[in-house]
Amino acid sequence: MKKTKWILGIGLLAVAGFFLVAADHIDAPAVQGGSSDITDFYAFQGENTNNIVFAANVMGLLSPTATADAMFDESVLIEFNIDNTGDNVEDLVIQAIPRDGKMYFFGPASPGTTGLSSTILTNNMLGSVDISAYGSAAMTNSYNGAMMFAGPRDDPFFMDFAQYSEIIAGNASGFNDPGSDTFAGTNVLSVVVEVPKSSVGGSGTINTWVETKRKQ
Amino acid sequence: MKRITYITLAVLLAAFTFNCSNDDDNMMGDMDNTNQPSEPDFSGTYMQEDQVARPAVNTVFTSPSSKDMFNMTIPSEQGAAFQSMFQTNLEGLSPAYANPGDMNALGLDSATFTGLLATDVLNVSLDGTTTFYDGTNVLTGRALADDVITVELLLIFGGEDFTENPTLSNDHVDANDKPFLTSFPYLASPW
Repeated sequence: MKKTKWILGIGLLAVAGFFLVAADHIDAPAVQGGSSDITDFYAFQGENTNNIVFAANVMGLLSPTATADAMFDESVLIEFNIDNTGDNVEDLVIQAIPRDGKMYFFGPASPGTTGLSSTILTNNMLGSVDISAYGSAAMTNSYNGAMMFAGPRDDPFFMDFAQYSEIIAGNASGFNDPGSDTFAGTNVLSVVVEVPKSSVGGSGTINTWVETKRKQ
Repeated sequence: MKRITYITLAVLLAAFTFNCSNDDDNMMGDMDNTNQPSEPDFSGTYMQEDQVARPAVNTVFTSPSSKDMFNMTIPSEQGAAFQSMFQTNLEGLSPAYANPGDMNALGLDSATFTGLLATDVLNVSLDGTTTFYDGTNVLTGRALADDVITVELLLIFGGEDFTENPTLSNDHVDANDKPFLTSFPYLASPW
């Protein structure tokens, strides 16, 4: 029993080391808290089940008072990657980049080159949408079945991170029931794009991820 | 074992998925620039800074000094670069995984589970339900309402049948603080 507790203690210390902040909020030194710091990535079937939705959030943990002034960075490209051949290399990308109050979308289209470096696929513009203002209704745009949104939203991520901290500090032996959502009341900047499934592979399973890339 | 078969099947399905993209169907020339005299400047080269697929993978499984490197490693090379580190860290978090034959509820042992996680891509089905895990479907996407942290805690701490370490394997925050929308853009309005 004593040994079990000891091992559990080591495990909790390890948790302290790894669970800095949940999901991908502030995940790594080079990006933490900056305009390229992705908090979460979602991919799910749309209300129209012929469509697939990609959503990425950046700049997590915005308080309501900080949200009105939070802006997408015009030097940061948000790129959704889609592998539909099973090799974990992107065959298609959907790009989103802000310019003067609008978010411009490109793709889904084959990237010029795969990997860590990108150029914007200006020959494959999907469309653009006004970036929604804090306190105003969501602005959306649609073109030929694709839909686009960019702007502040409630952070959809939820977790009792505070209780984690208590466990880590040795003040608690486990979670509370019910727990308390540490991310309640905080906002993120979101980019949401919905496209026909036929434009990303049609059927089967795709492998997806999202990247932020900064203009050099 | 059944689950491994399922995942193998999913990988094979992915491998056999044809690229049915037809750019002509989706690429519109009619950009929304009727009031703009000229197109904005989209020139230049953009270099990677962050990447995310499955939730919390870099946060949980990558050692602190390697987190930036993980964000700069393309997914097809992540498995070779990080599986071993992930296995060490998983067994640090949840020591039972170090026991021979120990598995999680997906039937994955330490090496197999971390092999799956280290290639950080989100598998997404184009054929129906999209969820991280809903009790039936496994890794077919990530919906907004998915309780991904409890799923990951269960897979890390919950053992073969989700009953081990009950105080660590569920944070008991099961839903968002605002309801999601049924229609685009789906995410709730900001606070």
